[in-house]
Amino acid sequence: MHVVVDRDRCCSAGHCVVEAPAVFDQDERDGVVILLDSAPPASLWDAVRAAARQCPSRAIGLEP
Amino acid sequence: MAAPEYPMPRTGPLDPPPDLYELQREAPVCRVKLWDGSEPWLVTRHEDVRTVLTDPRLSVQTDRPGFPRFSAGAPSSMGGRPTFISLDPPEHDVIRKMLAGSFTPRRMELLRPDLDRIADGLLDGMVAHGPPIDLVPEYALPLPSLVICRLLGVPYEDHERFQGWSRAFVDTTRQFESIADAGRRMTNYLDELVSIKEQTPGDDLLSRLLEEQVRPGALDKDSLVDIARLMLTAGHETTANAIALGVVTLLRHPLQLGELRDDPSLVRGAVEELLRYLTINHLGRRRVAIGDLVVGDQDIHAGDGVIAAADIANRDESIFTNPDAFDVHRDARQHVAFGFGIHQCLGQHLARLELEVALQTLFRRLPALALAVPFEELTFKHDKIVYGVDALPVRW
Repeated sequence: MHVVVDRDRCCSAGHCVVEAPAVFDQDERDGVVILLDSAPPASLWDAVRAAARQCPSRAIGLEP
Repeated sequence: MAAPEYPMPRTGPLDPPPDLYELQREAPVCRVKLWDGSEPWLVTRHEDVRTVLTDPRLSVQTDRPGFPRFSAGAPSSMGGRPTFISLDPPEHDVIRKMLAGSFTPRRMELLRPDLDRIADGLLDGMVAHGPPIDLVPEYALPLPSLVICRLLGVPYEDHERFQGWSRAFVDTTRQFESIADAGRRMTNYLDELVSIKEQTPGDDLLSRLLEEQVRPGALDKDSLVDIARLMLTAGHETTANAIALGVVTLLRHPLQLGELRDDPSLVRGAVEELLRYLTINHLGRRRVAIGDLVVGDQDIHAGDGVIAAADIANRDESIFTNPDAFDVHRDARQHVAFGFGIHQCLGQHLARLELEVALQTLFRRLPALALAVPFEELTFKHDKIVYGVDALPVRW
């Protein structure tokens, strides 16, 4: 799985950090997503999919 | 078919109106008639609600023609100039980014010890007073009020004033002048407070925004006052109602309440389920089209009003199995109780934390908590923009 984030679309809602804190973080100033791991291990895929599903600004893309 | 009137009456106080279920089944995107005779589109399916709330062709600007207003008294956002919840990009994004860093899940988690102390302090007061007590003014309302006061740097001694103004903003039965007056008073109050903080800053969000945004010229002082008005109102009115209704709901489900008391790890899921099940934002997320689009099988044109009915979307059985059952074990995370899209509630992680702490502390300290009146005697806030229970007499 390859994860991409669109920092321009991000509205800093923070669901990704709740769902997959090893993969996503937020900038302390504006809350915008920071991608920590663009190729997370399979054990985190469910959490990353949940993060993408919850993202209200649809800023997380998943590629196989 | 003539457009049905909206909002529609409920039959059960904890469930959406029966007519909404029928619309979701039969006419998931349909015209409804509002108080002023206008006929915006009502969107009731979960998928369509999420689509509507993420489509940039739908505007949140309440002053655009065709915007579906809650009432004659509510022409703009919380009794004053529009704040970022009533602004589209790019203006919205600039303000939201100034604030979002202060409301991240990690930041909110740091508040937990403070919240624990606040909840325990209120319970100490209740225990000293003894039952029966109205839980709304003694617990559900002061808890989030104390928290938002501390966060923003607003003196809690002034709570009766700002709670009163906020009540006006969400009341669809108030006349325009009454809401505008509350808005002016709150604006004046916060303007004075911000001026004091300019001279003597505190360790709070308003002081930080003055220092980091107003002083370098990124934000003017009036806009900061508008933001403060929104955060102070949204920061207590909504959560207070969610806490009180959450208590009512859990008391109606004693077996699940017992499980929750025995296993604190259930509380996160229980809070998500309460958010889904109750959806206190029960008069819909409102938009107006600024371009043509298709939702479901309907053509929506520029100038049409659109209402995304989050309450019934959160009972959509294509997303939530057996949606009318309250079930703390279900995965409710896909709910749209906080909205969806770029305007999704900025304070949602604070609200979640407040609900967690409020419910957990209450039922830990008072395990025998029960309604002091029959459930049927409770009255609910049907004509407020934020749904809730008027009073909640309890004993223990």
